[in-house]
Amino acid sequence: MKPVLEVCGVSVDFDGFRALDGVDLSVARGELRFLIGPNGAGKTTLVDCVTGLTRPTAGEVRFEGRSIDRLSEHQRVRTGIGRSFQTPTVFDSLTVVENLDLAESFRRSPLTMFLRRRRVTDGVATTLERVGLSAVADRPAGALSHGQKQWLEIGMLLVQGPKLLLLDEPVAGMSPQERLDTGALLHELAGGDQTLVVIEHDMAFLRRFARKVTVLHEGKVVSEGTVDEVQADPIVREVYLGRSRDARSGAVPSPVAEPVLEAVTGSIGETG
Amino acid sequence: METTLSNLYIGVTLASILLLVGLGLTFTFGQMGVINMAHGEFIMAGAYVPYVLQTSVLSGARGGAVLVAFPLAFLVAGVMGLVLERVLLRRMYGRPLDTLLVTFGVSLMLQQAAKDLFSANNKDVVTPTYLRGQWDLFGVTLTHTRLFVLLVVVLTMVGVWVFMSRLAAGRRMRAVMQNRELAAVSGLPTSRVDATTFFLGSGLAGIAGVAVSLIGPIGTATGTAYILSAFLVVIVGGLGKLRGVVLAALLLGTLNAFVEHATSSTLGRAAVFAFVILFLQFRPNGIVSFRTRGLAV
Amino acid sequence: MSILVPGTDNPWKARIAFLAFAGGLLALPGLLGSPGDVRQWAEWLCYAMVAVGLDVAWGYGGMLALGQGLFFGLGAYAMGMHLSLEQVPDGSLPSFMSLYSDYTELPALWRPFQSFWASAAVAVLLPMVIAGLLGLLVFKRRIRGPFFAILTQATAVIFALVLIGNLKLTAGFNGLTGFTTIFGRNKYAPGTNRWLFQIAAVGLLVVLAVAMKVVRSRYGKLLVATRDSEDRVRFLGYDPALVKTVGFMIAAGMAGLAGAVAAPVFGIVSPGQFDYLPSILMVCWVAVGGRGTLWGAVLGALVVNWIRVTVSSSRPDDWLYLQGLLFVVVLAFMPGGVAGALRSWWAWLASAVAGRLGTRRTAMAPAVEPLGETA
Repeated sequence: MKPVLEVCGVSVDFDGFRALDGVDLSVARGELRFLIGPNGAGKTTLVDCVTGLTRPTAGEVRFEGRSIDRLSEHQRVRTGIGRSFQTPTVFDSLTVVENLDLAESFRRSPLTMFLRRRRVTDGVATTLERVGLSAVADRPAGALSHGQKQWLEIGMLLVQGPKLLLLDEPVAGMSPQERLDTGALLHELAGGDQTLVVIEHDMAFLRRFARKVTVLHEGKVVSEGTVDEVQADPIVREVYLGRSRDARSGAVPSPVAEPVLEAVTGSIGETG
Repeated sequence: METTLSNLYIGVTLASILLLVGLGLTFTFGQMGVINMAHGEFIMAGAYVPYVLQTSVLSGARGGAVLVAFPLAFLVAGVMGLVLERVLLRRMYGRPLDTLLVTFGVSLMLQQAAKDLFSANNKDVVTPTYLRGQWDLFGVTLTHTRLFVLLVVVLTMVGVWVFMSRLAAGRRMRAVMQNRELAAVSGLPTSRVDATTFFLGSGLAGIAGVAVSLIGPIGTATGTAYILSAFLVVIVGGLGKLRGVVLAALLLGTLNAFVEHATSSTLGRAAVFAFVILFLQFRPNGIVSFRTRGLAV
Repeated sequence: MSILVPGTDNPWKARIAFLAFAGGLLALPGLLGSPGDVRQWAEWLCYAMVAVGLDVAWGYGGMLALGQGLFFGLGAYAMGMHLSLEQVPDGSLPSFMSLYSDYTELPALWRPFQSFWASAAVAVLLPMVIAGLLGLLVFKRRIRGPFFAILTQATAVIFALVLIGNLKLTAGFNGLTGFTTIFGRNKYAPGTNRWLFQIAAVGLLVVLAVAMKVVRSRYGKLLVATRDSEDRVRFLGYDPALVKTVGFMIAAGMAGLAGAVAAPVFGIVSPGQFDYLPSILMVCWVAVGGRGTLWGAVLGALVVNWIRVTVSSSRPDDWLYLQGLLFVVVLAFMPGGVAGALRSWWAWLASAVAGRLGTRRTAMAPAVEPLGETA
């Protein structure tokens, strides 16, 4: 089967700082792929390259076999690439329904955009149900809790029906129960026609829900495989544990808050 | 050839004044994201300083008055900027468009105040005897006043450069400009740095004002005449970038002089504007811009 | 930020308010009495049209357009040129032109304006085309916020300069004047002012109805979304540049229409009316009235102009102080304007009454936040 997303030798330079260095990545249809790596490894930059926020200095990004490097951000969304951000951004002054309706309407013809929304469309109703926001449908999004905003943002992605979803730390700041729900949703989506790429720091979450993991370090892919394979990879161990080399050279600031693979206790796994 | 050179000369002097004005604007914009529409009235205030000196305390020493006017105008305009920042702008952090309009309101009030103080008629600053005269170089007339203006701008630029790169206060200013949050958590007193920046930026407008008073009559609309061009300089130069502002000022100043000479004053302005729009198609972030990771929304 | 107070989008309430306003407006000349006052109000109604358009761009779309005078002026000049030609026999030159220029026949630029309908079309469409081009050039390159404001301001300045600089074609600084017959009617005949007022009133009602339709449509929501977070809109698959350009064009078209109506009302069309200062004053109307509410924009245009005329007739010098002060006070301390203040008083009153009655409202309406901007 042809991969949905192909990243071929992509490099990104920010005024001399090499954020990505010849990254190759290939994600198949229906896959749920996790991207991990220490801070500054280039995870978000990689996602930015796919969604068009950053242009690669070298290399090529292909979606469904076609190069998308020349497309702008909104054009990429229209070809079926959806993304969420680290901090949920919803439109505070619009209601939950209006937020979802706006997300769904992106394929409407310009003329019908000038008409008033008369009802809640089926797609929006289903999504409201799915993300559990039916009760607050007519509240302004600004009045939602942080977790609800995150769900709304996910809902806005889902209602667009993208073929490829890129999620940047979707469970950050969520309660254990919400994490479980999110994980289940990710699996449900990947089971269908959708392909997901998820940046996640939370190792417990990763262990429980990840199938295939790609490890980035200093802008390069250093390992790829199942969670067990990746954990067993000596290079990965060095990236996460073997700080001595970096610390001495001072090349990379030690990411203090970075979770260490071995030290993870499956907090979610236990509660679940 | 001669006309080209004299156009260039006029263009460069205009550019040098735009540079001082634009530099002050980038300081305040780079620092706080504030477009200060009252900046033009700081120029006006600076321009009235030599006039006031020559007609009052220093009426006996009109040449000396001009020299005294530079530091004094810097102080006057600087204090005006400081007051504006402390009283109003500090409360409006994160609302750049509202701030723009508020400073416009201040600008209107200052213009009316100037009319009440000095009447609506234009005033002339008497050119000091030591600046009367000109040199002819390759057929180009270099008036001493314009040369003097150039000299003042160069000296001021050197001063700014030394301040920004050598002094602790200047380094703090650059730090806050580049990353306010990081500077704040690193323990820099950002509020005090903001005040310094506003004082300095506005003070530069005061110096520009004295320079303006030397090359033509001054009036309540003196600031308005320069401010819009200075904003365009800032837009083309790129925000908070000294090098960009210098280049942009030279570019727009000379372009204006040449087009104006070839056609008319109105077309000069229109051509500069068209050029700015065109330029932004290629460099939307200005002449000097850095490539960084796009901010996640 | 709750400009739209979501959930209270009751179309019937708005329709009834609109009809009441329309009725009041058309009855107004009868109450005013003096023809001078009627003319004055007709002028303010034209300003209200500009304000409504500007509110769509700024209040809803977050685009601070400081150069609306350009579009207002284009509309006014288009109609002013038609009126100038109406004063002279067909095919002959407008009076100023025979004075200042050596033209022997009507210049090509002037010919279309012999027709009323062509002039009207130019008045509305030319501003929209210019706004469309400028909008695309600027927004596509993601130039926004204060930069957009400055660039639009520059357009108004240049417009005035070009008008002044082309004496032979535009009558320069003096402008077009001497419209003694207006669309076949004598300017000084009784009833002409009233007739002009009615045209302005209908114009305002049309502009208001269109604006209401626009802000309530999906596009209107998209415009608000773009104002609040342009980048997020982009990642929903919309091009924010297009969204904003359309909003800017709507504002420009409305200003153009207002200008076309204003030309006969003013009786003179000159560059000073459309320079950067009047352009920024237009922003003041919307700010004082309350941006983000269309009624606020109308209210602001009427109130600020009433104050202006009242103050400058008795103490002309104080008006500039007052205008500056209005900007400072409104934007620094009550960014929601009069409409925002009324709304928060209303909300406060409602909650106070509800508290007194002891009713427990579990799902309180969202508190009205001061209307600021999202940078």
